[in-house]
Order: sequence, then C-alpha cells, then structure tokens
Amino acid sequence: MYFDSLSAALSMDGHGAYVWSAYAISLLVLVLLVRAPRRRQQMFLRQLAGEQKRRQPGLTAKPEVE
Amino acid sequence: MWSFFHKLGSPPWLFRIAGSILRWLLPVTLVALAVGLVWGLLFTAPDFRQGNSYRIIYIHVPAAVVALAGYYVMAIAGAVSLIWKMKMADVAMKACAPIGAALTFIALVTGSIWGKPTWGTWWVWDARITSMLILLFLYLGVVALYEAYDNKEAAGKACAVLSLVGMVNIPIIYKSVDWWYSLHQPASIKFTGESTIDPSMLYPLLWMIVTFYALFTCCLLMNMRAELLEREARTNWVKKLAAENRA
Repeated sequence: MYFDSLSAALSMDGHGAYVWSAYAISLLVLVLLVRAPRRRQQMFLRQLAGEQKRRQPGLTAKPEVE
Repeated sequence: MWSFFHKLGSPPWLFRIAGSILRWLLPVTLVALAVGLVWGLLFTAPDFRQGNSYRIIYIHVPAAVVALAGYYVMAIAGAVSLIWKMKMADVAMKACAPIGAALTFIALVTGSIWGKPTWGTWWVWDARITSMLILLFLYLGVVALYEAYDNKEAAGKACAVLSLVGMVNIPIIYKSVDWWYSLHQPASIKFTGESTIDPSMLYPLLWMIVTFYALFTCCLLMNMRAELLEREARTNWVKKLAAENRA
C-alpha cells in the first residue's frame, strides 16, 4: 500500500475529499446500473406469474421440474 | 454461419446464451472492478505534478473510453435495425442507451471533481467537456425518444436515426483536445509511438479500461434480457419462465 496510515489514505494530502467522493459517486452509479435490469426482470416475471395465477389457478399450480 | 444469424434472431436462444455468459462474466467483472478500485485508490504512487487527485483517472478515463465505444455499438445496432430490420439489433440499441448515459455521467462528474484541485474550476465550456455533455444528451435523447412513442417500431426507427446522426459528435470528442486550445490534457496512451504514462500507472489504468468494457457487456446483456422478456410477454417460453419463477 502506498499510504502509511488510514488517515493518510483518507486525506491524500488534501485531495482526499475529491478522490473519495469521485470514487463513491461512480461506484453508486455503477451499482444502480447493474441492479436496474435485474430488478426490472424480476418484477416483470413476478407480475406475469401473478397474472397467470389469477387466470388459471388450477392449471399452472404445479410447474414442471427440469 | 447463416444458422448462427438465424439463432441470433431467436429471442429464447439469445436470452439463454446471454444468461449463461452472465453467470461467469458478471462475478468476474465485479471482482475485477473491486480489485481495480482498490489498486487505483491505495496502491499506486501519486503523480509528481498533480499529487493524489490524479487517482480519479482510474475511473474517469475508463468511463469515458467505454462511453464512446458504447456509442459505436448503439449506432451500429441502430443502423442494422434500420437496414435489415433485425429486431435483436433494435433491442441492443435500446439496451445501450442507459449504460452509455451512466458512463458519460460518471466521466463528466469525475472530470469535474478532478478539475477543481487541478484546474481550479469545476466546469469550463471547453471543447472536450462540451462535446462529452452533448454525448450525454444524445444518450438521454435516445432513452427519452424511445419512451415518447407508443408505436415501438416507429420509436426504434427514430432512435436509430438519432444515434446515427449523433455519430458526428464522436470524432469531435476524440479530436477536441488537438483541434482546440483546451484545459483538458491530450491522450497519454497512444497506440502509435510511446505512451507518456509510467507503467506503474498504465497497468492499473488498462486493467480498469478492460473491466469497464466487461461491465458494459454485462449491463448490455442484462438490459437485453429484461427487454426481451417484456417484448415476448405473450409467447410460451416467457410464460413458462414466469411459471418456473413462481415456484
């Protein structure tokens, strides 16, 4: 590691606030970017499954096991 | 060869293949991202002129590079869907837009934060920065235009045209630091001639660029999968998937 201590790593000779905030904001955006499609897909499948259940409660009660 | 193209047009096949690629590519990418972030933040030496603020480069440059590359993917997919009416190309084009917008946003925000300690200002209306801002608006424009139409076929056409027209912006972004007097520094990594960056900084930077490419690919595949499901909501394979999901 380049820095001697945690406080040195946090302050980065006065540039810490800039560097850490840039990394934090980017990481936040990336996390949202990766999570969005998964959530969208799960919500869609859940909604579709709910519709199926309402339409034909008896027919699709037992899904096929693969 | 032709059977490959035929399969490429098949939504359930594409959905499944994308899923099996993501199963290993996504975890590998996320680990690589964590490694790259820690490497750039804590394990590289500071720049002799800019000090520690230069560490932002490990996000700023990869995000900007892939934001530009993503635009090629979007515009080419748009062209393919316009010319050959390939539905999957339309799906790919739509999937690119939010990823490109997020990466361009990251490039602009990190650049702005980097600018404050280095240039003494958060923002300048400089050629490179302004053309990147236009890139952000192009990406957001494609997202918004798609949502603005009820007829998705017309929406796809309009977005494809917009992304092709927007291609004009790409060489401007590349060349902006050479054509105009700019605060932004020119490229340090060159394919021809010697790079003006030390190997100890180059390796983590290349690592992050590759990681961002992989991340773009993952997000593209995930967005395409979600989009495919919604478009194919009435088909049997999606219904079956929903039934399995319920179990």
